[in-house]
Amino acid sequence: MLIVGVAMAFAIVWRPVIPAIDPPAPYAFDAALIKRGRDLAAIGNCNECHTVRGGKNFAGGLPVPTPFGTIYSSNITPDAETGIGQWSEAAFRRAMRDGVNRKGEHLYPTFPYDHFTHVSDEDDRALYAFLMTRQPVHAPSRENQISFPLNQRPVIAGWKLLFLRRDSYQPDATRSAEWNRGAYLVAGLAHCGACHTPRNALGAERVNAQFAGGDVDNWLAYALNDRSHAPVPWDADALYMYLRSGWHPDHGTARGPMAQVVSNLSSVPDSDVRAIAVYMADISGTPTPDRKQEGEAALAQARSPSQASQTDTAGATIYVGACASCHETSRPLPYGGVNLALSTAVSSPDPRNLANVVLSGVSAVEGERSPIMPGFADSMNDAQMAALLNYLRARFSKQPAWTGVEKTVADARRAVTVYLQTSAGPRNAPADPTQRDKP
Amino acid sequence: MNAPLILDRRRVLAGGGALIVSFSLTSAFAQDQAPAATPPSKPPGSLAATAYLDSWIRIDADGSITVFTGKAELGQGFRTAFQQIAAEELDLPFESLKVITADTKLTANEGYTAGSRSMQDSGTAIQNAAAQVRELLVAEAAKRLDLPAENLRTENGAVISPDGRRLSYGELVAADMLHVQAQPKSRLKDPATLKVMGQPVRRVDIPAKVTGGGVYVQDMRLPGMVHARVVRPPSYGAQLTECDSSAVEKLAGVVKVVRDGNFLAVVAEKEFQSIKAMNALSSAAKWKESASLPKQDDLLNVLMHLPSQDSTIFQRSDPSVSRGKTIEAIYTRPYQLHGSVGPSCAVAQLVDDAMTVWTHTQGVYPDRQAIAEMLRVPPASVRLIHVEGSGCYGHNGADDAAADAALIARALPGRPVRVQWMREQEHAWEPFGPAMVTKLKASLDSNGKIADWHFDVWSNTHSMRPGGAGSMLAAQHMAQPFAVPAPRPLPLPEGGGDRNAIPIYTFPNAQVVHHFIPAMPLRISALRALGAYHNVFSIESFMDELAGLADADPVEFRLKHLEDQRGRAVIEKAALGFEWKSGQKAPQDRGFGFAFARYKNLAAYCAVASEVEVNRETGRPRLVRAVAAVDSGQVVNPDGLINQIEGAIVQSMSWTLYESVTFDDTRITSIDWQTYPILRFDAVPESIEVHIIDRPGQPFLGSGETGQGPTAASIANAIANATGKRLRNLPLTRKRIKEAIDA
Amino acid sequence: MMTLKVNGREHQVDADPDTPLLYVLRDDIKLNAAKFGCGLGQCGSCAVIVDGKAILSCITPMVLLEGKQVTTLEGLGSVSEPAPIQRAFIEEQAAQCGYCIPGMMMRAQALLLKNSKPTDAEIRAALEQHLCRCGTHMRILRAVRRAARLMEAADASSTTNRSAQ
Repeated sequence: MLIVGVAMAFAIVWRPVIPAIDPPAPYAFDAALIKRGRDLAAIGNCNECHTVRGGKNFAGGLPVPTPFGTIYSSNITPDAETGIGQWSEAAFRRAMRDGVNRKGEHLYPTFPYDHFTHVSDEDDRALYAFLMTRQPVHAPSRENQISFPLNQRPVIAGWKLLFLRRDSYQPDATRSAEWNRGAYLVAGLAHCGACHTPRNALGAERVNAQFAGGDVDNWLAYALNDRSHAPVPWDADALYMYLRSGWHPDHGTARGPMAQVVSNLSSVPDSDVRAIAVYMADISGTPTPDRKQEGEAALAQARSPSQASQTDTAGATIYVGACASCHETSRPLPYGGVNLALSTAVSSPDPRNLANVVLSGVSAVEGERSPIMPGFADSMNDAQMAALLNYLRARFSKQPAWTGVEKTVADARRAVTVYLQTSAGPRNAPADPTQRDKP
Repeated sequence: MNAPLILDRRRVLAGGGALIVSFSLTSAFAQDQAPAATPPSKPPGSLAATAYLDSWIRIDADGSITVFTGKAELGQGFRTAFQQIAAEELDLPFESLKVITADTKLTANEGYTAGSRSMQDSGTAIQNAAAQVRELLVAEAAKRLDLPAENLRTENGAVISPDGRRLSYGELVAADMLHVQAQPKSRLKDPATLKVMGQPVRRVDIPAKVTGGGVYVQDMRLPGMVHARVVRPPSYGAQLTECDSSAVEKLAGVVKVVRDGNFLAVVAEKEFQSIKAMNALSSAAKWKESASLPKQDDLLNVLMHLPSQDSTIFQRSDPSVSRGKTIEAIYTRPYQLHGSVGPSCAVAQLVDDAMTVWTHTQGVYPDRQAIAEMLRVPPASVRLIHVEGSGCYGHNGADDAAADAALIARALPGRPVRVQWMREQEHAWEPFGPAMVTKLKASLDSNGKIADWHFDVWSNTHSMRPGGAGSMLAAQHMAQPFAVPAPRPLPLPEGGGDRNAIPIYTFPNAQVVHHFIPAMPLRISALRALGAYHNVFSIESFMDELAGLADADPVEFRLKHLEDQRGRAVIEKAALGFEWKSGQKAPQDRGFGFAFARYKNLAAYCAVASEVEVNRETGRPRLVRAVAAVDSGQVVNPDGLINQIEGAIVQSMSWTLYESVTFDDTRITSIDWQTYPILRFDAVPESIEVHIIDRPGQPFLGSGETGQGPTAASIANAIANATGKRLRNLPLTRKRIKEAIDA
Repeated sequence: MMTLKVNGREHQVDADPDTPLLYVLRDDIKLNAAKFGCGLGQCGSCAVIVDGKAILSCITPMVLLEGKQVTTLEGLGSVSEPAPIQRAFIEEQAAQCGYCIPGMMMRAQALLLKNSKPTDAEIRAALEQHLCRCGTHMRILRAVRRAARLMEAADASSTTNRSAQ
């Protein structure tokens, strides 16, 4: 029995080394394949985790904070010694599919192979071609900071046994090709659920709460299903524009960790972004008549003249002096500051994202047209910022008042400090200036 | 080789042929010798037009000495340089002098502070006037002391005899002594003995600027002053159809709403009250707009298909030269902003029918004329006083703000009115640097030298500065509006759209055609370097393309075609400073680039070598370092010169990598720093080195604009060197670079 | 009426609580250094120090300033007695038109107060919100580095003086 048990455990845990190869020459890959791999890598948002801001492309080293410790992303350039230069295509595919590196070690699921397992052979081949033709960078991986027993990689095998569902995408014949394309991308490479689906105590996505909203880097990744708190319900066109351009007049501008996602999506084939939008719109469902009406009311409020001066609370006064010059002077999006009646952050169940944005703002992207918002961390204390946030909630949202806002602000202030010091930092996507809404 | 034919009738009309004819002479220093060939009949610089010495220098009986210049200090440091020049030639301590800048009541009419001409015009005038004043003082002392003038010397504000007797300038000067016309020639100080000139004297304006002194027109506070804001139309040509201002007039602090046709403004006691009232008035105003703007993403075709007046401005032919490999290319430049950090501002006050305007215009006299015309009063009843503003880099909103202030002040007699533009007004309404297109074609001979060169440039004029009221927004928007004056090409040799279009290199066959486009879809005017920015970018990029075709080192290739000795020296100096080596390879992901020009082909020489890093995945370019060499003739203040060149490199880098005005079919959409991004600190190079080649005794050559073109081409050449891809459309954005790499 | 403490002096100010600090400094207290650049928090020209931190005065309403200490460039030193940061900018000749410089100096001063030996990257990051159009950036960076040395020297000498007493 014991022997059987050991054998089973061995079978679960043990993975063979895949023999090293000599790094293939860049010309060994077809140009069209590389091009497709580039688009897929953008959909996969690979650069966000595998490139430290200001560092070498795909050389890894980005700290990813998790509830279990800090994990550093790996070097996926074709450097023989420190990257994946000695990986065969089979080794690459195994990593994507099973979360195992070439040497047979289990990888932590911060590398979202629970999604990438669905990627087709063909797409893995293109991704491999793209990565193997990048510039090799010698950058040894950094030691993860994880405590016992999770620092024992065999433990991961157990996690996989519980949560990794290996299957290739099965098209739904009752749906359009576009919907199926979207479903394939969302479930696989785009790994949207990695942020937008809540996780259980062991850090796995909760299967029965898909897209119900998740946590990422001290941000709330909004619910994308029927529990969405967006003041105006999303539809496929709005999602498409938002994902493609980084903003939508009824929803505002992508920022926080989503900024990099839309920045990458700005360069991929239009049809893929459209497919993701169509699929995700279906996930969020058709809005109820009530929900529709609320959306129209929010739009009407956004278009009506300011009522700020009629109130006299500290929050209202702060809003007029600090916010209104951008958010209420009819300056067109994406650069004008969204009318806060349309802001999901203000309507969200918790004020974390709003606190994050008001504290640290949105910094300019070097040389690119991009929204800029100054941070107010140094000019407002927690009580003042709470007064502002409570005012925004009361004036711009139909949702009940938040509780404990001051504590949320205080927590966010600490977290933001940590976040800015330890990550690549969120950067906003450049948006299209020609799409100004006309008077 | 045949002598070149100069076919430009405008130049002939302008009568400015001497320099351009000499341009093609092959002897070294041709341009410097040319003026000396005919004995001067007029005194040099601005002394020619304003010859009385007391227009430039005044000595009071108490010995205090004042220097007057009609030029404006814009942050270039002229006030300090002029003070150095006068102190040197008058043998005075630097600190003892006072300099008065552009004021229509006090100073000479020196037109505009523009074209890097201030040192040539005003610096030269002050130098010669000071030298001649010194001679007059010595002559007076000689008379009083009954000694020969040669035996006297000057020192520390006094004439001193060999036996030690001392007569101060204040004692010597008499009522009308300096009210004499300047002589054509002056006895200038021997360059070898200079004490103040050539020294990096610290700028006189900086201490106040770094301690919160009242330096700028924005800082003026006159007794009883009120604050005004203008509500500009939402787009060019928009008509005000409805504006009920009654609610605005009741707002706290509001003094008056001023409406004159499409001109709308509000005046309040305090500044923030005026901004609140402006927002309210803006909401109350209804405008009728029309879609009149061209397609922004198709500027190339837009410009090339607008009607143009074509003139061949340079032609040379030598049929005996054989033509081998030929290439051609088109380069474009978008509309670009001056983008002053401080929006334009002016203060105006009407007292007893006399209008005084404090302004940061670059031309107090032309503006006075224009404002008088707008107010329909004689120019003598208008006084313009220059006060520093935020840096302008050409014709920004300054003149318009002056007109706004005057028009509003007329409605509130007695009260000083301060008006400052809002950020979006400055961005949307300033006159932009014009978009341009150049088309180049050239052939190599069998020795890898350029045998044949064709250069075509399409451009608007580069100056719509006030030459009349119609140049200014307020006058255009009044109920009885003034028409925008017809645009004119600027005459050669300086030129406008064709500035630096004629190559400085010697090619056996060459043709340069200027396609002047009178229609101006967007409001444009002078932006630092005018057409030279794009023409030099085009020529110097194409020189690299040709060097590649000839398989030659870019620096050697340039030297092979350049006969101008001072130009060659500048190129060699920059190459040496950069440690440029023929055939060298830049580190991975990096490229080296080189470019050179002589501004206007008659001002300062500048060469820029640069190292640029390109991120192959994102396309992001980064200027790592730049090394420049400059020859601006005799140097008055080396640190001031370095500051100018450093600034030109950094500013041009921002233009070149990032900047373009955006618009839809109706409105300008680049209205702030989000929509018109410029350089921030994360992209500032690691180092910039500037090497000066000083030419003591040579004329001052303007240097404020000489760096713009070479920097642009140097960066483009470095990007091409790093990526193997040639980018010909400005700006060289990361998106364009990425697309080129991925193509 | 509201009391505002600027450069160590208390001022009675008659301004609405939603008025941004910039206008009160310029209009009511007649100070020049903080400049209007954009009114949107995009350029940094209006930066001043409040309780040791650099803030953008064009988007900081008076309601936020009760009981706080405002410092402007005028409060650091004067032409005759320049503060280290002012000396540094003069010695490096770190200005052309100079309009953006007061905001830059206040940001740099705030940085140096909390980090006396900033790296070049830290200086650049601190100044990231500030725009200069003349291209004086290289000199500004040099001036901030020089200011750090001057402040350190001043600290050292004042410590020496104290220990001597």
